[in-house]
Amino acid sequence: MRNEKKTEQIRTRIWLEEPEPDNPFATKAAYCHGYDVYGAMLGQARWVEMLHLLFRGEMPASEQADLLEAVAVALANPGPRDPSVHAAMCGGVGGSTAAACLIAALGVGAGQLSGGREVFLAMEGWNACGTDLEIWQSRLAALPDDTASIWPTPEHPPGFEPHGVGVTTTVVQTLAILAGMSTESHLPWLEANRIKLEAAAGHPLAMSGVVAAAFCDLCFTPEQGEMLHLLLRLPGAAAHALEQWQYGHKKFPFFTVELENDPAREEV
Amino acid sequence: MNGPELLQESADRLKSSMGACFPGERAVFRGHDLHAELKDVDWVELYAFGITGRRFTTQQVRLLHAVWAYTSYPDARIWNNRVASLAGSARSTGTLGIAAALAVSEAAIYGRGIDIRAIDFVTRTRKALDNGAELTDCVKGELKKYRGIAGYGRPLASGDERIAPFMALAKTLGLDNGPHVRLAFAINEFLHVGRFRLSMNYGAITAAMCADLGLSPHEYYLFVFPAFLAGMPPCYIESAQRPEGALFPLSCAHIKYEGVPKRQWQRPKQ
Repeated sequence: MRNEKKTEQIRTRIWLEEPEPDNPFATKAAYCHGYDVYGAMLGQARWVEMLHLLFRGEMPASEQADLLEAVAVALANPGPRDPSVHAAMCGGVGGSTAAACLIAALGVGAGQLSGGREVFLAMEGWNACGTDLEIWQSRLAALPDDTASIWPTPEHPPGFEPHGVGVTTTVVQTLAILAGMSTESHLPWLEANRIKLEAAAGHPLAMSGVVAAAFCDLCFTPEQGEMLHLLLRLPGAAAHALEQWQYGHKKFPFFTVELENDPAREEV
Repeated sequence: MNGPELLQESADRLKSSMGACFPGERAVFRGHDLHAELKDVDWVELYAFGITGRRFTTQQVRLLHAVWAYTSYPDARIWNNRVASLAGSARSTGTLGIAAALAVSEAAIYGRGIDIRAIDFVTRTRKALDNGAELTDCVKGELKKYRGIAGYGRPLASGDERIAPFMALAKTLGLDNGPHVRLAFAINEFLHVGRFRLSMNYGAITAAMCADLGLSPHEYYLFVFPAFLAGMPPCYIESAQRPEGALFPLSCAHIKYEGVPKRQWQRPKQ
């Protein structure tokens, strides 16, 4: 049979695959940004080195890999109180598919309250203000962008905790550790100027603000930071979803409802 | 009240005027008994009622049906549909494939990302014109700010086959002459005369029509969420029925590598 179909191509600067001689659809070798993944990296490279290579196109220096790994540990489990993990548990408790549990965590954890979008917006703030306190203070005092968008208008300064009384111990611990590991300027400057920034924002610093600064120190773009934040928070969501299936739905809160316009009550 | 006090006030209970189920007894939907007062409601009308809290006439509901139906294309090449098809080909579940395809429909250059900007533009422009602004200034201002106008221009095509049948239906229902629809056509004429090469697409006309039906931008955004849905199950079914992995299989030659040359990997210096 003569094949007259036009071969269309997907372009990529990330990945090269070479076929087995007997099958053009089977992989003999795969190269990530030029490095032989299965022939050279596997068994040698760290997970965070692979992440850095995929997103930035270069292997990280060991200090960068250490910082990214510390960020990954900080993000690995937001805990069952976090809305994204709560959503994953809603999937797990009912026996939803594994993917549905992670989709639930991603959908909820994508937002502007401690989610991926908040990290994106906070990183845009770093790109605009750098380490200039006056520019930060001006930006934090400005009204949020209310251009029509699929995203709601932000209700608090990105990177800060709207319901916080003071900065939490875990945020301070994370900032101290990451700032000590960073070879760039954002994290150390954030640690030195945290209290002034919190005063300008009217809220305490949040974990998303620390992570945004760390991603800037690792030279990720806001788009990359948003993706990484979504990705790196999934382990906890997965583990908690699986755990709730084991506990069973009778041990999972259902909460009470107060219906404000119950037609049955109105009839009475 | 704010901070932890606000959270404490909301803990352990759901205060709602939207509804609740009382298992084994009844369900309340926006203040109405779902199985009594709303038992005969059309599903699309129930969906629109759930979003807006308002009821719609028979003619309006017929048109709301068409907003979805006329853009349901079971073509597996289209990016969002392709997700449903790939799920079928990869032997995933129908729910996962179609849910992912709907999520992908919230895109920057088509679907929900355009829809909300399209209705925002037409409602904002109408208010500006009512306050004495000139159409020229509104359109040029939008073009300058966003380098385009949501609802005008279309990826992959120049015309839009959905507009004529949609407007024909609207005419038979007596719903073709609302102020936002007239404005959408006036903008199209302005762009055509000015040779802007941005012709009106279906998103502009459905946004204008729904604005005439009283939907706010956010209500419209939620209403059109399932707009592409009907075209997705056929895509999933067909690829699920064919040999596994046979939808758009990519050989190594289908990947055009444009990155750095091969290089020797070595562990970074400690």
